[in-house]
Amino acid sequence: MKFQKILSLGVLGAAMIAGSANAEVRDIRIGVDVPYEPMEYRTPEGELTGFDIELGNALCAEIGIQCEWVVQGWDGIIPGLQARKYDAIMSSMTINEQRREQVLFSDPYITPPSAWFAPKDVEIGTPSDETLEGMTIGVQRGTLQDNYVTDMYGDVADVNRYATADDMVLDMDSGRLDAVFLDFPIGKSTLLDSEAGNYKVVGEKITEPKEYFGEGFGIAFRQRDEELAQAFNEALATLKENGTYEEIYAEYFGE
Amino acid sequence: MEALMNWLETQLADNSIFTLQTLSYYGDGLVTTVQLVALSLIIGLVMAIPLAIGRGSKRAWIRLPIFFYCYVFRGTPLLVQLYLIYYGVVFVEGIQETWLWVILEKPFVPALIAFTLNTGAYTTEIFRGAIKATPRGEIEAARAYGMSRGLMLRRIVLPSAFRRALPAYGNEVIFMLHASAIASVVTIMDLTGAARFVYARFYAPFDAFLFVAAIYLCLTFSIIYFFRHLEKRLLAHLKPASG
Repeated sequence: MKFQKILSLGVLGAAMIAGSANAEVRDIRIGVDVPYEPMEYRTPEGELTGFDIELGNALCAEIGIQCEWVVQGWDGIIPGLQARKYDAIMSSMTINEQRREQVLFSDPYITPPSAWFAPKDVEIGTPSDETLEGMTIGVQRGTLQDNYVTDMYGDVADVNRYATADDMVLDMDSGRLDAVFLDFPIGKSTLLDSEAGNYKVVGEKITEPKEYFGEGFGIAFRQRDEELAQAFNEALATLKENGTYEEIYAEYFGE
Repeated sequence: MEALMNWLETQLADNSIFTLQTLSYYGDGLVTTVQLVALSLIIGLVMAIPLAIGRGSKRAWIRLPIFFYCYVFRGTPLLVQLYLIYYGVVFVEGIQETWLWVILEKPFVPALIAFTLNTGAYTTEIFRGAIKATPRGEIEAARAYGMSRGLMLRRIVLPSAFRRALPAYGNEVIFMLHASAIASVVTIMDLTGAARFVYARFYAPFDAFLFVAAIYLCLTFSIIYFFRHLEKRLLAHLKPASG
């Protein structure tokens, strides 16, 4: 009995010392909704992985804390944070005003890129009013890519709008489309990694202007956990500087 | 024109959905829909007359292929026919190198082909029924006058068959207008395509679709009015003598 008491006191003391060394930040749990490839999903062995998971683990390592991932369905993910089932959400959550009323966001850690894809044999320069003139461009109806292309190039190019990405790929295979503008990960999996491999990326990946592509994804915390958010922001800045961020990004969004 | 545009702009200033830009989408959509429906109906009608005559032929090699064509196109959904013609043709080996691809590349012609073949099949059946219903007495009278088959067809059978087919054909025209709403699945920006675009852009289903429904209503009303006028003229002899 006595021994146990001493032990527990010792553990408590050690925890307090560790805690004081790191100000407010302690080990945390992070809520995530899977699957949402390539941001968060499970490997065939059942392990969590994805861009969010790897970046999240790297951030925790940088801060020097242990992070545990808690899987939570999307519709209950903010209430779960408020109810202290976990202390942060890192699950491809787009930063917006409605959510800002509920949670505290970190700096955006990624804006999911969109990109132009074209058949290898189509000669097409960096997309602009001149290079896209008279081209037929495919987009998925009602997506942010649709809005962007319609406003930027709707006057010079034909915009074909499809209900699904599959229809669009079929029409590009058949030669009806000169280029498509897609979410980069979707384009990568359906076009670049397709068996025939007849496609290429044209120009840079596009994440600007914010008006179309949004502010990006942020990590959400409870409003009062300002120190925690601060620690993550600093760690994110460090990872971006030392190249770790670039490495993880290339792993999931590289060509 | 300038003044009209300015007036329109001030009228539209209060809302964010129906801007000059979206209205121009609806305008272009209206033109596309009317073109698509009118062309397919005209070609379908021209096709249907000889087919309807052939459908009643005594020779099996004329009658059976026409029966088969009508059976297939009336027996499958128009949407499926449209998919087959638009997406199906690309699986024909090497079609991209032939002259056919020039017209099949854009979605308009494949949709026109699907709509024409579909309305052609229905119209054939409508006319066949009308021709079959020609009163025996009229044909006997024509024969008694010593008319040849061709002359009898031209002067007696077809004119009276057209009159009998008119109400049913008016229906077919309206159905075709409404069926054309599926053109937007193959990326044609027809009226429905414009509405779907506005809906997806502004997340405003009621505004986008009620507006387009009103346009369809106006079109349908014009068609009904046109056919009523035709019926009044062409079917005048069937009205009660006094009144």
